[in-house]
Amino acid sequence: MTKALSDPVPLPLARDTPFDPPSELRLWRGEGPLRPMIFGDGHVGWLATRHSTVRTVLADPRFSTRIEVMHPPIGQRLSQQTLTKLPGFFLREDPPVHTRFRRLLTGQFTVRRMRDLEPRIEKIASDRLDAMEKAGSPADLVEMFALPIPSLVICELLGVPYADHHRFQKDSATLLNLDSSVEQVREALSDLMGYLRELVAAKRRDPGDDLISGLVATGQLDDEEITGASVLLLVAGHETTANMLALGTYALLDNPEQLAALRRDPSLVDSAVEELLRYLTIVHIGPVRTATEDVELEGRVIKAGQAVTLSISAANRDPERFEAPDDLDITRQATGHLAFGHGIHQCLGQQLARIEMRIGYPALLRRFPGLRLAIPPQEVEMRSNMAIYGVHRLPVAW
Amino acid sequence: MRINADTDRCIGAGMCVLTAPDVFDQSEDDGTVLVLEPEPPEARRAAVRRAVQVCPSGALSLS
Repeated sequence: MTKALSDPVPLPLARDTPFDPPSELRLWRGEGPLRPMIFGDGHVGWLATRHSTVRTVLADPRFSTRIEVMHPPIGQRLSQQTLTKLPGFFLREDPPVHTRFRRLLTGQFTVRRMRDLEPRIEKIASDRLDAMEKAGSPADLVEMFALPIPSLVICELLGVPYADHHRFQKDSATLLNLDSSVEQVREALSDLMGYLRELVAAKRRDPGDDLISGLVATGQLDDEEITGASVLLLVAGHETTANMLALGTYALLDNPEQLAALRRDPSLVDSAVEELLRYLTIVHIGPVRTATEDVELEGRVIKAGQAVTLSISAANRDPERFEAPDDLDITRQATGHLAFGHGIHQCLGQQLARIEMRIGYPALLRRFPGLRLAIPPQEVEMRSNMAIYGVHRLPVAW
Repeated sequence: MRINADTDRCIGAGMCVLTAPDVFDQSEDDGTVLVLEPEPPEARRAAVRRAVQVCPSGALSLS
């Protein structure tokens, strides 16, 4: 047993069920807070699976997120990708570089600003439901509803023409596909950078009332930095909520008593959104942090330069933190989950994501009282091979 | 109970506003925390404690 516990393990990705994290994570979380882990590039670091450990590391400034010290949790490809340092990718920067970007952006994503968007998001959702209804049953929920809503919203917010969505959605899917080759990733990234670089230049000449124009107007960032930050916001802004909307709907359809409870009492939507975020935790790989000095953690020493994979999907199912963690219970107090991360890098767009879901799920359920899967559950293709978990397609009928 | 907010540490995630909307707000300029009621009444203290607990950057403390 002792020997087994000290053997470095790779990060498991294969799941037995669509909604539960890989069973090894559950087993290892029970055995101890930290386990030696072998990273995609051969580095031997650590895997943290408990809520308190993951939260502690994410809040500890002695752990870095910089690309230069990063090890990819899985796959050689990611190591190549992460070695490419891009200006404006502030997710991969520590303070003070990170602080500079974050400060320029947080004012754009406040709770109040996001609430001001509610009427517009409601209109977008209603238009998509009209289109879906018109297309007729059955339809793919991802293509008709889950992807276009956050895509349209982030495009309007950033000032990116939605007419170009095929281009950036394709690039974004390539970037997030764990099976993409290094060459494919580089090509997609360069295409997306090129696209947004042109857009930033256009906004410098002819500014609009959008976030990218706003960043240009601050005069504090150069065009390459704005381009990099825009890539980050565009990709993060639609892939994440899109997968929550589709996977969340699937989870509700799979738990009919929870679905019925939400239909009966729509005021449960706020807690349902938090619970779906916790239960599904679509960021299923990492995040990863690297110790910048020797750090004592849970009775072990994380050596300077060693990386720790923080499994937020395991942490959000930690029985020490959540009672009956493997049950979907939309009435529970799920606040404190780590689905948006924790610490200074906690998701910038989380209030936008919340509002999109608080509008999206009820609008869908109201429109289609008889909503159901149009294929047998075992035929739903899960996104195990993507950096963001979810479903590739979700055929539904009504 | 007195709320101390460190706006240098604040990252503008908005968790406090979401958890205790009567007590916290965010600056229009940079999204950092504004404390509307530095000494909240009894009825709001439980929500304030939760807000301090979920703050991702550790910008909030109580004294």
